[in-house]
Amino acid sequence: MNKKKPKLLSDQRFIVLLVIIALVVIYMIFSPEFRKYSSILSMLDFSYYDVLMAVGVTFPLITAGVDLSIGTGMVCYALVAGRLIRDFNCPVLVAMLLCVLFGTIVGFVNGNLIGVMGLPPFLATLCTCMITRGISSMVMATPWPTNKQPGGWFHSIFKLTFGTGRNALKLPIGFVLVVLLVLIMEFVLNHTKFGRYTIAIGSNKEAVILSGINVKFYHVMAYTICGTFAGLAAIAYAAVVPTVQPGTGAGLELDAIGGVFVGGVSATGGYGSVIGTLAGVFVIVLLKTGLPYVGLQANWQQIITGIVLIGAVMIDVAKRRRLAKEI
Amino acid sequence: MADAILTMENIDKSFPGVHALDHVHFDVRCGEVHALMGENGAGKSTLMKVLTGIYTKDSGTITYEGKEVEFRNTREAQDAGIVIVHQELNMVGDLTVAQNIFIGREFMKGFKIDDKKMIEESNKLFDELKISIDPKAKMSDLTVGKQQMCEIAKAISHKAKVIVFDEPSAALTEKEIEDLFAIIRDLREKGLAIVYISHRMDEIKVITDRVTVMRDGGYIGTLITKDCTKEDIINMMVGRVIYEEPKTKSSVPADAPVVLKVEHLNAGRMVKDVSFELRKGEILGFSGLMGAGRTETARAVFGADPKTSGDIYVNGEKVTINSPQDAVKCGIGYLSEDRKRYGIVVQKTITENSTLATLEEYVKGIFINKSEEKKITERYIDELSTKTPSADQLVVNLSGGNQQKVVIAKWLVRDCDILIFDEPTRGIDVGAKNEIYKLMNKLAAEGKSIIMISSEMTEILRMSDRIIVMCEGRKTGELDISEATQEKIMDKATRDIA
Repeated sequence: MNKKKPKLLSDQRFIVLLVIIALVVIYMIFSPEFRKYSSILSMLDFSYYDVLMAVGVTFPLITAGVDLSIGTGMVCYALVAGRLIRDFNCPVLVAMLLCVLFGTIVGFVNGNLIGVMGLPPFLATLCTCMITRGISSMVMATPWPTNKQPGGWFHSIFKLTFGTGRNALKLPIGFVLVVLLVLIMEFVLNHTKFGRYTIAIGSNKEAVILSGINVKFYHVMAYTICGTFAGLAAIAYAAVVPTVQPGTGAGLELDAIGGVFVGGVSATGGYGSVIGTLAGVFVIVLLKTGLPYVGLQANWQQIITGIVLIGAVMIDVAKRRRLAKEI
Repeated sequence: MADAILTMENIDKSFPGVHALDHVHFDVRCGEVHALMGENGAGKSTLMKVLTGIYTKDSGTITYEGKEVEFRNTREAQDAGIVIVHQELNMVGDLTVAQNIFIGREFMKGFKIDDKKMIEESNKLFDELKISIDPKAKMSDLTVGKQQMCEIAKAISHKAKVIVFDEPSAALTEKEIEDLFAIIRDLREKGLAIVYISHRMDEIKVITDRVTVMRDGGYIGTLITKDCTKEDIINMMVGRVIYEEPKTKSSVPADAPVVLKVEHLNAGRMVKDVSFELRKGEILGFSGLMGAGRTETARAVFGADPKTSGDIYVNGEKVTINSPQDAVKCGIGYLSEDRKRYGIVVQKTITENSTLATLEEYVKGIFINKSEEKKITERYIDELSTKTPSADQLVVNLSGGNQQKVVIAKWLVRDCDILIFDEPTRGIDVGAKNEIYKLMNKLAAEGKSIIMISSEMTEILRMSDRIIVMCEGRKTGELDISEATQEKIMDKATRDIA
């Protein structure tokens, strides 16, 4: 029983949780602004697309791959679907489904380039990153319907609003949805064949092939799921930005990928958890949106995030080294 | 004699430029252990790959349980009951033992994998094999020997009728090999057909019933093991009798100077107060079980792992070695037991590998002096008689023995006088092995001093002038070759182990 304590402390997810609590406490002490409900609300609003991208990209990262196309992809899907709403009177629900479909297709393409044709993940997804950015820069800037416009109901997926004006009660139900998705994907990772083979591919792909498993299928799946989540992220993104700007999104994937690593996915693949990803992304989000509250320029976010990431990856490296020594 | 459960006849397979299998015959019966032998590149693995559908044969027939079959992939072969226990263990380190055993055919409860049932079934398998392994343990936490037991359990769980062991003992200790043999005998009793691929002649005699020998992709012949001698088999494999004569007494003169002296070395948990001396022209054997701390000692001396305490003297002078660079400056070279991981860059040419450690000597301005580089490489190809069409050959295309020679060349180019060979002949076939032995003897005769770590008792007894035995991180004995016997070494290597 006394074994339990060191185990908890060596669990990266637990450390990350402590970091989150520490950050929130520090912000609350130093910034009266941050203590306001509306600040928390807006921070949550801007976290959903990061979380969704990160949940998706957790799978390629566990296979020891990566997906760089999720940031530009997300913007591209939101933009194209948004144009369909504006110019072709496409119902918002259909536009949302299209976002998910686009993402899934791009993910499927990535998966085939990597899992079937054998391109290195970095290269393959760099290409689709460029392609999606190129497509999105040909589309005009697009605002999705606001809360009050027809079709604005989709905002309620993430934030329920009762009443109007200053007294309106706003509930961040998007958080509940996101947590639910995280729990589902955590289950998928640990208790389904897809999840198990994702881990196994990252740990020793050769062994998986020799076990007679259709590795290509599961490899493609990992990227397809990642794309699907990038599509979901596109909806969350469209819900928070006033206007989706063409040709943007590059760099957003790095927040998500960074969050995954902070959350304890092994930098060499083969180990990770979706709950860890959720926690890791929140560290990134807190740094991104929270630092200005305590008077630090947004630039500092990048620097501090970088340092946090080094720390997280060092924990992983140290863990691997210790394991290697013990054998 | 019972009929063969599996017969491969006239198997032919060509790759571009190579006739890999030339009308090969092979069959195995139920309740028999059949050895498949041959040097590296003889076609053993190719034959097994044809059997399990990794390669498709050009011609020939495979008959299994009375029917002609052609498996399209390992999965089909597995389902039919033919399983390979691979040489390089194919386990997923990050999954548990049970998850590995049942990978690809997990028990399901709807969408959910039924881990509980997999653990139960694993326990049943381990009971059957009379071994104790925790199915919930992470695979990477197990020793190589235990991992192999898991592979065997996995094979049995496939309801295998034919199990192919591809060099199973290459990484095992003597004790683990005994356990492995007990299991193999047990499987034979149960009527399974076993194919045993190995380079180790002693094992073939101990465990197998028949031996089939291949050479250069061709079928040479099949012998009944108990009716033939080691020499018969070796003759068939290489076409000539080989092997360096074992030493009966030390070839080092009594007054040879001490070139390396290590005093009270401590490093990590695996090296405890180790002291020894190495003399000029000496081959100093390090014997012991796996995990005895031999490699760790070598790595600490070489500066690859940090030392906690201890002094090192080279040619009588005290030196500080904190990194491999320091060690190389002192003239110490280290040939790792895991060539592919530490010794060579397989996707590069022989030349590039040979001068890897000395590149600065071949740089003119900012350019590498290619012709000079090539000259020295060719000199050592010649001197070590490395078999290769040219110095520009990629190392990956060389056989294990020749790869090892490239590693040796790398350190000779560097002018190292003290060479640490860590398992120099692991995974190398008999013919190449002897060449490495010859080379080591030649190097020693030329005045180089060699530390040889080896888990093979015959190798230790054949090569060493003096033997140091380690157990659990401590030096437990030191024997001159004239007084050393297998029993004495084993006694010291297992001291303190209950």
